[in-house]
Amino acid sequence: MAMSDTAGSLSRTWARISLLRESPVGMVGAALVIFWILVAIFAPVISPYDPNSNDMDALLDPTPNAMHWLGTDMQGRDMLSRVVWGSRTVLTVAPVAVIVAYAIGSLLGLLAGYYRGWVDNLVNRISDIILSFPAIVLYIIVIMRFGPSALNVVLAVIFIATPQIMRIVRGMTLELREREYVAAAKMRGESTLYIMFVEILPNARGPLIVDACLRMGYTTIAIGVLGFLGLGLPPPTPDWGGSVKDNYALMSLYPHMALFPALAISSLVVGFSLLADGMREISMRD
Amino acid sequence: MQVAAEQRHSPRQAAATPPVLELRNVSISYFVRAGEMKVVPNISFKLGQGEALGLVGESGCGKSTVAFAVMQYLGTVGRITNGQVLFEGKDLAKLSTQELRAIRGRKISMVYQDPMSSLNPVIPIGRQLMEVPIIHFGQSEQEAQARALQMLREVNLPDPETMMTRYPHQLSGGQQQRVVIAMALMAEPSLLVMDEPTTGLDVTVEAAVLDLVARLREKHNTAIIFISHNLGTVVRICDRIGVMYAGELVEEGPIGEVFRNPRHPYTRGLLSCIPTLGADKNSRPLTAIPGQVPSILNRPKGCVFQPRCRFAVAELCSQDPLPTLDMSEHHHVKCVRANELPSHEKLPEGLEAVALGEAPVDAEAVLQIAHLRKTYHQATGMFGSAGYDVHAVDKIDLTANRGQTLAIVGESGCGKSTLAKVLTGIELGSEGMVTLAGQEISQTPVENREARIKRAIQMVFQNPDSTLNPSHSIGYVMERAIRKLRGLGAREARSEATGLLKTVNLPVEFASRMPRQLSGGQKQRVAIARALAGEPDLILADEPVSALDVSVQAAIINLLVEIQSKRGATLVFISHDLSVVRYLADYVAVMYLGQVMEFGRTEEVFAPPYHPYTEALLSAVPIADPDVQQRRIILEGAIPSPQNRPQGCPFATRCPRKVGEICDTTPPPMQTAAAGHRIACHIPMDELKKVDKVVVA
Amino acid sequence: MLAFFLKRLVSLIFTMLAVSALVFAAFEFTPGQVATKVLGPFSTQDQRDRLMEQLGLNRPVYERYLEWVWNVLHGDLGYSTLYKVPVNDIIWDRLGNTLMLAAIAFAVMVPLSILFGISAGMREGSKLDRTISVASIVTTSVPEFASGVFLASIFVIGLGLLPGTAPLDPNAEWPIAAQLVLPVAVIVLYDLGYVVRMVRASMVEVMTRPYIRTAVLKGLSFRDVILKHALRNAMIAPFTVILLQINYMITGVVVVEAVFAYPGFGRMLLDSALSQDVATVEAASLFAVLVSVGTQIAGDLGYMMLNPRIRFS
Repeated sequence: MAMSDTAGSLSRTWARISLLRESPVGMVGAALVIFWILVAIFAPVISPYDPNSNDMDALLDPTPNAMHWLGTDMQGRDMLSRVVWGSRTVLTVAPVAVIVAYAIGSLLGLLAGYYRGWVDNLVNRISDIILSFPAIVLYIIVIMRFGPSALNVVLAVIFIATPQIMRIVRGMTLELREREYVAAAKMRGESTLYIMFVEILPNARGPLIVDACLRMGYTTIAIGVLGFLGLGLPPPTPDWGGSVKDNYALMSLYPHMALFPALAISSLVVGFSLLADGMREISMRD
Repeated sequence: MQVAAEQRHSPRQAAATPPVLELRNVSISYFVRAGEMKVVPNISFKLGQGEALGLVGESGCGKSTVAFAVMQYLGTVGRITNGQVLFEGKDLAKLSTQELRAIRGRKISMVYQDPMSSLNPVIPIGRQLMEVPIIHFGQSEQEAQARALQMLREVNLPDPETMMTRYPHQLSGGQQQRVVIAMALMAEPSLLVMDEPTTGLDVTVEAAVLDLVARLREKHNTAIIFISHNLGTVVRICDRIGVMYAGELVEEGPIGEVFRNPRHPYTRGLLSCIPTLGADKNSRPLTAIPGQVPSILNRPKGCVFQPRCRFAVAELCSQDPLPTLDMSEHHHVKCVRANELPSHEKLPEGLEAVALGEAPVDAEAVLQIAHLRKTYHQATGMFGSAGYDVHAVDKIDLTANRGQTLAIVGESGCGKSTLAKVLTGIELGSEGMVTLAGQEISQTPVENREARIKRAIQMVFQNPDSTLNPSHSIGYVMERAIRKLRGLGAREARSEATGLLKTVNLPVEFASRMPRQLSGGQKQRVAIARALAGEPDLILADEPVSALDVSVQAAIINLLVEIQSKRGATLVFISHDLSVVRYLADYVAVMYLGQVMEFGRTEEVFAPPYHPYTEALLSAVPIADPDVQQRRIILEGAIPSPQNRPQGCPFATRCPRKVGEICDTTPPPMQTAAAGHRIACHIPMDELKKVDKVVVA
Repeated sequence: MLAFFLKRLVSLIFTMLAVSALVFAAFEFTPGQVATKVLGPFSTQDQRDRLMEQLGLNRPVYERYLEWVWNVLHGDLGYSTLYKVPVNDIIWDRLGNTLMLAAIAFAVMVPLSILFGISAGMREGSKLDRTISVASIVTTSVPEFASGVFLASIFVIGLGLLPGTAPLDPNAEWPIAAQLVLPVAVIVLYDLGYVVRMVRASMVEVMTRPYIRTAVLKGLSFRDVILKHALRNAMIAPFTVILLQINYMITGVVVVEAVFAYPGFGRMLLDSALSQDVATVEAASLFAVLVSVGTQIAGDLGYMMLNPRIRFS
């Protein structure tokens, strides 16, 4: 029965996700996100050139042409290939960061909300301090201190997102721990771990899925911003924010160089946000 | 305190005056994603000047929809699709927005359920009242203010001048509802629509509000539509009653006629599933209505009640449209067989018949509570340094015997739920002892209790929507409980779970269902089955039926009675509903502000000598029988919050029989009225014995 | 209420202490790096030690921390290695510039967000609501540097109506007012959508409350229901959110300032970080946190003032 319960819950989750069809906004979002995921997966197939190879001939006229559909950048690198490979960068860094932040944040939130008392106090004090920094300032400090690298970007995102996730999960735990089914579980002698992970956490999943989706959007922005500020992935990694930064100075001559990566990152974040909104809409239905 | 003279309503001359309100073949639908939901397919009724019509029915029967249709306020999805709502001869649906505004609040006004949320939290009471004459009569600030003060006085609010500047959250629930009533009457409307105005109020507060409504009605000659799920409140206010079922008005007529001679099977069903203060489980078992209200999308042809009706005859009852039969000039019934039904039997024996029965043989005590106290520390001050103690449960002594039911009854804040938390080990006791199965348990949190103790006490909770984990199937819940409590293997647990589902009369297929696929009553059945999983000695039930409709409530109560008699389990039943307690319990403890005011065998507690609080409670309970006489004792004021508890007797601030200063200063002595019947009061026992019965048939 | 305020003030002091310790630890816990940075990788250990002694870096870390806190409290923010002046000489000008930008953006954003949020939320699901909702989701999802690129392509390159940079130089080709348009537009565009959604959500919730029904059924006009009954309730929850935008606008506009070469606080922080100018970064971070915590307290207080349930309890 336990097995069939898991299978049942999977199929029910799928049934809920397929409800998204009824939200046009959510569908547009899903389409954008799926588009970029496919691009990231098939980057080697799609991209016409190596994103880091320089086409010296193109330097004379970097604007879009038959050879380079989206033109080339200042160093003669194919823009289309860089945009395509850029999706891979962001769609690996962001999910890794968000998933790890969720794992830590949920655990801390569950502990703080369930045990309350000093655990709660400690966890809350620490996150208050982290959250008292404006996010961008914290990013700057962390990257300045530890240097720009993919790992440090991931760590910075985790460091900043974890307390926020902790707060959400803590809030929901505080509410859910008072439910009668939790009292019933205690009365039949369930362990604390069972209560936290089997009785409480599954019932927080609706809002958490919506939040995770939004957070993927924020994280994409954060990665782009870090790239744009020169604090992101070190060159020559194809990175949308970095591309905008590198080419921004030449905006007045060759606007396409900054425009395409800017469009790319915007469409992905818009996708995540619309998808989150669609999911929120369907989760409010019942 | 006032002792209002008992008065029976005589049906007024409804036909003599033109109707204030008339609904002619009104159909109301909600347009949702699934399509059109015909919530009310076709309803007609008239309401004369100064007349009060009670609309009763279970949740989802469309009674509130009718009220909001009268107000022309059905939201963006609701619409009147057919028929006319005539107010003083004008069809409200044809009025322009402007004209409608001139009627709302001026000619027709409304009183709502949940007064707290019906008042604007950021605007002072006075301002909210003054708005009415300002918009409708163009009065100046001063005039409006004078009018508001006058109304506040009329609804008996203390210190109206200060009240004007208060915000809603600073008032008690009863005071809030008085403000809403004052607001509704500001413009002297000719029609007052009251939607469950006392639901959610404590019973003594409810009685005072009902008393006020009856008086104001008398004075202003306002016609009233009074919507309630509680037939007893309707009896107190109305001349006529309309019984609604699945969107249809199935029976309508004068209160006396309908209650004495109910002609629709549903009305009869309703009347026989409500426990009245006079009956108990041995003298008159409740009869639940089988089945469920049909979904709006699958309405049966012809009579909607037919699938649940034991008088149904297929050919007759399926005719569409179903005719309405007139029993008398004012008594109409939507049942083709209304004339053929046998006469309705009321109580087989009168109230007197439920005299002291045979004393239950006092079995062994399963649960003993001695001087139990639960104190919460309320921190105040900057770092929580200062503070004060609140005794939520204050030195109570109680015993529950094997195979019997101990009921704990009281209004909000009386400590009954805190007591449940201590018994279950969710919270710890502060002082005193709780002994279960020979072991002290009040100092051991539930996590540390021995498996034997966990098994011995299980609980049925109040809220059907939160009692089952929405992520777990019914089967999983049941098997998990069986395996944890009894240590059985997977296969045995499964067969045991099947058996338990059968015990609570649920089909075995329910094991694969999720909680949201179940109705409230079905969820409560699962909760009972879960509580039985460990074969407990003691089942603690905290308001297990208060969130359920009456017909479902009856079935659950019967189930509890049945399980108890079959399994010999002890039941501790916590409730605010005296009628249910009277029906179910062997012993009753009446609690007020953390203390037990009276304790004894049920028949003893419900008969003189009473504690003055028990007496007031009994007087306040609305009884769904116009022939029962109740002595009216109206308690003024609100229940004090536990931190403001009086020094002496907790009931002293509201007690109509207060002896004197001693009540305020000295805790009352526990007096013995008879063996096992204790009353905590300063009034000498002889005096207490002199009072008459509160409820007389 | 006063107790609450004092409590928050105490917590502010604690937070500032913790933050300063954190910032100090991040940059100065391992002072050896400083010497290497100054003297280069080929310096000898002996040279580094001598420099450390000169700079007083060989003293225990708590001593240096206390000294630093002492100096900060006395208005000595240290010496900027990037700008070659005391931090005090640069930070206030930069703050002034940022405050001007923030004030204009705030003044534009607040009325617009309330207007859009209320009009969307008063009729949930209407065309207007759906349009405003989707538009606000889209605008907040576009990163500032991307919207900078878009707006610049249109107004600077395409139409030639506005300058692409805002150096605040009065002698530049464009007047200062014109220079400010695009930075303000980018800030408002990015921030507006978020606040609009908060106001809308609050308004939607208020409109479902029974007291709104009471107001309608009293006979009030829709206009009066919105203005007299809904608005005040709907503004309670977003008030804190709106105040917190001050925080974003003063300390979070790093990107906008970078895009438009605006000589503000954010760019100072970024440039000093990129060139490892520790004193400036420390001062700027402390100030950023002070603004952030300060606006939070102001937000909480305002929330309490607006909400009589808390004011009188």
